[in-house]
Amino acid sequence: MNRIHGKMIKPYKGPFDGVGKVTSSLREAIQRADLKDGMTISFHHHFREGDYIINTVMDQIAELGIKNLTIIPSSLGKVHEPLIGHIESGVVREIHTSGLRGKLAEFVSDGKLGTPLIIRSHGGRARAIEAGEVKIDVAFLAAPRSDKMGNASGNGKYTQCGSLGYAIVDAKYADTVILITDDLCDYPNIKPSITQDLVDSVVVLDSIGDPNGIASGATRFTKNPKELKIAEYAANTIMSLPLYKTGFSFQTGSGGSSLAVTRYLKENMKLNDIKASFALGGITQPMVELLEEGFVGCLYDVQSFDLTSTASIAKNENHIEISASQYANPSNKGCMASMLDFVILSALEIDTDFNVNVMTGSDGVIMGASGGHCDTAASAKVTIVVAPLYRGRLATVVEKVTSVITPGNTVDIFVTERGIAVNPRRKDLLEILEKTTLPLVTMDDLLEKVDRLVGKPVPIEFEERIVAKIEYRDGSIIDTIRQRKNTL
Amino acid sequence: MTNKDRLRRTMLYVPGSNPGMIADSMIYGADSIMFDLEDSISLKEKDTARHLVYEALKQLDFGEVELVCRVNGLDTPYGERDIEAMVAAGIHVIRLPKTETVQDVKAVEILIEQYEKKYGLETGSIKMMAAVESALGIMNAHEIAHASKRLVGIAIGAEDYVTNLKTTRSASGIELIYARSQLLNAARSAGIAALDTVFSDVEDIENFDNEVRLIKQLGFDGKSVINPRQIPIVHEIFTPTEHEVTHAQAVIEAIKEAEAKGLGVISLKGKMIDKPIVDRAIRIIELKKASR
Repeated sequence: MNRIHGKMIKPYKGPFDGVGKVTSSLREAIQRADLKDGMTISFHHHFREGDYIINTVMDQIAELGIKNLTIIPSSLGKVHEPLIGHIESGVVREIHTSGLRGKLAEFVSDGKLGTPLIIRSHGGRARAIEAGEVKIDVAFLAAPRSDKMGNASGNGKYTQCGSLGYAIVDAKYADTVILITDDLCDYPNIKPSITQDLVDSVVVLDSIGDPNGIASGATRFTKNPKELKIAEYAANTIMSLPLYKTGFSFQTGSGGSSLAVTRYLKENMKLNDIKASFALGGITQPMVELLEEGFVGCLYDVQSFDLTSTASIAKNENHIEISASQYANPSNKGCMASMLDFVILSALEIDTDFNVNVMTGSDGVIMGASGGHCDTAASAKVTIVVAPLYRGRLATVVEKVTSVITPGNTVDIFVTERGIAVNPRRKDLLEILEKTTLPLVTMDDLLEKVDRLVGKPVPIEFEERIVAKIEYRDGSIIDTIRQRKNTL
Repeated sequence: MTNKDRLRRTMLYVPGSNPGMIADSMIYGADSIMFDLEDSISLKEKDTARHLVYEALKQLDFGEVELVCRVNGLDTPYGERDIEAMVAAGIHVIRLPKTETVQDVKAVEILIEQYEKKYGLETGSIKMMAAVESALGIMNAHEIAHASKRLVGIAIGAEDYVTNLKTTRSASGIELIYARSQLLNAARSAGIAALDTVFSDVEDIENFDNEVRLIKQLGFDGKSVINPRQIPIVHEIFTPTEHEVTHAQAVIEAIKEAEAKGLGVISLKGKMIDKPIVDRAIRIIELKKASR
């Protein structure tokens, strides 16, 4: 490679005049980027299940006959199932991602991706890119709006995704940045998320994503009584702790219970005239309502989940876009997560040592996403995991989680519908909560309860082969996922 | 555990055919849980529901909650089998549906006693509750309430009752005023609990709230609820205010003081305290304790 200090050498071709960034086709942009066999390309996942870009770009790359690529999208969804074909034909050799779902996840769990999948948290991905552990040769970044110079933003005529937080890191660190939009606006596109100084080419496509898959409509509060019970306990736990006072900060996930925590908190904040300083993370309608009603000073938004939040980020100056690095990178000079008082997180499984799995199902197959789980758990002063004790016939509380995403020494409190377990490491929290009427239990109590309800599961059997490596936010390998055993 | 005087602010309906709901029924803080084998269970699920509730009662830890089962009527092929299974499982209370006469109560009582003997339980350990759901039942409410020592309460089932009256339920509940009052007086005359009917529209919080306030003022002990989300609303309405609690504590203090001094006539702030005031004070303290 022709690199100096890790940077690709671009011979001087005269002063850049800003003409000709807009390419006639995606194919031309790929050719202009000089994409070659074995390179690394990246994408963002702000379009979630509505994303057209990864499939479109990969098809084009395959047509050009380029092989052995490493792809590092910030996450992948069910919609990316066609990647299976590109893996089988040798176009894709390696994948680094936060999440993996559907058929593609099963494909990887069956050991059909040659090189083990690398799973990174959102903060860990930003860190790895900034540290140069992964070098992005070409970033393909979709944006709902862009001008001809590549000033790009998250709300356009046809699609809206609000924050472009994950894409910002790629734009800054990739050798070549190809901006893809379906709404080419007049120059200049003011207040862009990605600025023109970072963009090499602009491609205009007829459509970049399905609005219905990108952002959900109104986020409805759960009516599930069990989720509400869990939320009520979690909110009461927060309200019992001294950190809960004017100026506190928090983050909640987008699951049913997490969202409902916000509602219970709001009622109490209203009653006691308490105002939060900021809320962080993936932003949803309930958070926007808190902002608009004055219960929280500002929102730091790395990912906008619904149409209320995509609209809010465009109009409310206290609804602020942040990059994934600003959000959760442990190695920069201070990420927002490190200022969190409370974070509410979910779990597929949690074990008696408070280790949390959000990645693999009870059958050992990859089905979830690492997300910002381990980043915020490590950073927040109080990390609360909420989950039902069991789902269907599957226990959430287990002796040992199938895979560790978030280590137990960063989890403080586990809230279920049948009681609240405090990590014995947090004697300070336990001492305070013992003085309340909250139903405190131990992890062993919960394990015994769930065993009685659903029975002890037979251990999952795996093959020896490692199909995925789970990177902790600092870059260390915290766990591996093995190939599922074919029991047919 | 059960007895005549325990709190029955809320009785949560749980269809006996739904294992998920049965397994979670105890986490919502209802005073009683009522497993239904009757109207919410289709004919083809009658046997599975009975087995499921039996197993749940044997296997699960329900804590201190009162466990009630609404069995099928003895005029169906399921009634007696339901009673046998529930007695064998050690249910606290068997609830009779559509009770119209003293004979209805007696017939069930005979079977309960028979199965208590068969399964080695102390005679009289299993209690009964009668649901009155027709004009005839309301007219006979007094006799029904006195029909058995096992009875811990009587309840009104309004849906069948209003149909029987040739009317429908309204937001104000005007059509139920007579029945509720009659049932309440029958219950009180027998010294047992009076329980109000369900409110079916889970989303209509405002009218539910109004109805709970109405039945509390009438004197009911509590209400049947069909969704856990209704429980905190009922409990809040039945929770005494700070003022009521302070006054009740003062009444009890005054009694203790008077007893210590051997005084016959007791007064608080110049007002005479007699038995009804003391009884009310005790009930308020109990309600306050339960609401924690």
